[in-house]
Amino acid sequence: MQNAIAQRAPRKPASFYRLKRRVVRGLQIFALLLVLIYTLFPYYWAFVSSTKQGAALYRSALLPALDFTYYRQLIDNPIFMGSLLNSAYVAVSTTLLSLIIGISAAYALGRIDFPQRRAMLMIVLMISIFPQVVVLSGLFELINWLGLFNRPSALILTYLLSTVPFTTWILTTFIREFPRELEEAAIIDGCSHFRILMKILLPLMGPSLASTGILAFILAWNEFLFALTFTLTDENRTVPVAIGLIAGTSRYEYPFGQIMAASVTVTLPLIAVVLVFQRRIVAGLTAGAVKG
Amino acid sequence: MASVSLHSVSKSFGTHAVIQGVELQIDDGEFVVFVGPSGCGKSTLLRIVAGLVAPTDGVVAIGGDDVTDVPASRRGVAFVFQSYALYPHMSVARNIGFALETLGMAKEAVSQKVLSVARMLKVDHLMDRRPRELSGGQRQRVAIGRALVRQPEIFLFDEPLSNLDSDLRMEMRLEIARLHNDLKTTMIYVTHDQSEAMTLADRIVVLNHGRIEQVGTPQQLYHAPDNRFVAGFIGSPRMNFMGVSSQATAGRIVGAGNLSLALASSDLENPITEIGIRPEGLRLVAEGDGRMVCILERIEDLGHEHFGYCRISDDTVWVIRLPEAPSPDRIGKPVGLDFADAAVFAFAGDGRRIALAGLQKMAAEAPLP
Ligand SMILES: Nc1ncnc2c1ncn2[C@@H]1O[C@H](COP(=O)(O)OP(=O)(O)OP(=O)(O)O)[C@@H](O)[C@H]1O
Ligand SMILES: [Mg+2]
Repeated sequence: MQNAIAQRAPRKPASFYRLKRRVVRGLQIFALLLVLIYTLFPYYWAFVSSTKQGAALYRSALLPALDFTYYRQLIDNPIFMGSLLNSAYVAVSTTLLSLIIGISAAYALGRIDFPQRRAMLMIVLMISIFPQVVVLSGLFELINWLGLFNRPSALILTYLLSTVPFTTWILTTFIREFPRELEEAAIIDGCSHFRILMKILLPLMGPSLASTGILAFILAWNEFLFALTFTLTDENRTVPVAIGLIAGTSRYEYPFGQIMAASVTVTLPLIAVVLVFQRRIVAGLTAGAVKG
Repeated sequence: MASVSLHSVSKSFGTHAVIQGVELQIDDGEFVVFVGPSGCGKSTLLRIVAGLVAPTDGVVAIGGDDVTDVPASRRGVAFVFQSYALYPHMSVARNIGFALETLGMAKEAVSQKVLSVARMLKVDHLMDRRPRELSGGQRQRVAIGRALVRQPEIFLFDEPLSNLDSDLRMEMRLEIARLHNDLKTTMIYVTHDQSEAMTLADRIVVLNHGRIEQVGTPQQLYHAPDNRFVAGFIGSPRMNFMGVSSQATAGRIVGAGNLSLALASSDLENPITEIGIRPEGLRLVAEGDGRMVCILERIEDLGHEHFGYCRISDDTVWVIRLPEAPSPDRIGKPVGLDFADAAVFAFAGDGRRIALAGLQKMAAEAPLP
């Protein structure tokens, strides 16, 4: 008995463990700060640059000058404001359409048993792994043929190509994991498929819809390549292209400040959307991970 | 109010036959309980009656009308799920009233009906809560309320009490019995629980591998099981079995533990290969008395009853229900077992029960072959 106790390593004093806990806590905070700086610094730097004028831009002062001339110029710029509207139109339409198509497809893929289901899911997944450049020329032909060239609707059509696959996948997973008995209870209660979708599934799908919707929105809002290819004139541009094409007053001036101001401006709606829905996004992304 | 009849109903999932040619007639107002081992197709059969699963073959009739192709919502059935399946985003009141709301009934009428049902089930103080804010028993009541409010012709329950603790289960069991007494509606009830089946059922249907083994009142199943499966399934603790060899020419059957029973008559085609005696049919007696010998290995004292475990041979241990705990000194010692002739069930090689006309005690000291 005596021996058994002696063999166990002696316990260190409580102060040792207290110190250890504090050190670990300090390291955690340090790591967190590192990550925050790494991710937020570019955005902060854009903001700082956008409030500086002329030569000050080339001095790397970390504090913003808080001169909002560029922002005022942007608001007065009808082309930029037009492109904001275009972007909003394209992004909102893309989001709504891909959610509607995604839910319908997901309901079929998740609930209705048909032999080609696996193949369908695979094809849907494959579509989303093609790089944009690969489908660009084909889409260009298609857009021309449909007579949609240089129209924002051309962008909606092409963005759906990237957003529908992932909305379908995420929503299919959700519907698969949706308790079957809940649906059966609704069937017994006399609900049609449509009523089940509207009254039972949709209200409970809020988080998944929010998270997939936001991903679709961000994708459509930020897309550059298709937007550049399928629009020709200024009044049809979306924001990323408009920013890319902002020109200085002379050939030799790079309009750094304006570009930064524009970038900061167009990111604000995204931040607002994400902040409003952030709790739902997290809930949606982890839905099904744990049985609720 | 309606009768239910199933005529040669089968169901396969792919090549896996889950229900095989079930014939069943349930009378109006009857309380029928489906029992059987896990995976034997109880839920599937219940779902076929509800219309949630379409049978591969056969005819389902409710109230005499063929409803095989009628959708679940038009069959006049209500279903209570094991997981309750309450709508998580709706209040208790809306959960109960949802079916009426779907029918397009006026708001006033709905809330009146919901309130009367909620009062009956004593959940009227919880009307604004969400399901996740309820205890298991309360959820169960709401689920029953949801079924009740539609005034169905048939109630279907799929293991409704299995998620509750045993006290609550007993209480809800009484309430379901009372509900059936008051409403006199046809009810079909699936359960794992012996005591639920025995106490609630007018008739019990024993299922095994998608086939009906026997249909009968609880007493019929207990006292006159058709076959070894039913004999072993009904009753708790289960019946004790032992393989025996028939010496038809000598007119007796013999087995381990010095068992030797004389048969009044014997059927040479269908020899008895196994016998069974329920724990409550056995009596512990002094060594040398009784009709078998064994070694008392262990006693379980549950307060109101006692179980003895007797080793008869290397691979056979029988359970005896004892009125009082025997003295601990008897543990590990040989004891005698006695039983009445009527307590012995005999089974043929294919599992069918063979009725025994009468047994005679052969002297326990008769030498074993
Ligand atoms: N949708 C389905 N697809 C394929 N097989 C299924 C399906 N539903 C049930 N089964 C199979 O049918 C068999 C019977 O299932 P069922 O749910 O009716 O059993 P049960 O008797 O209710 O069992 P338990 O007592 O465990 O609830 C099981 O082997 C199950 O795997
Ligand atoms: Mg089941």
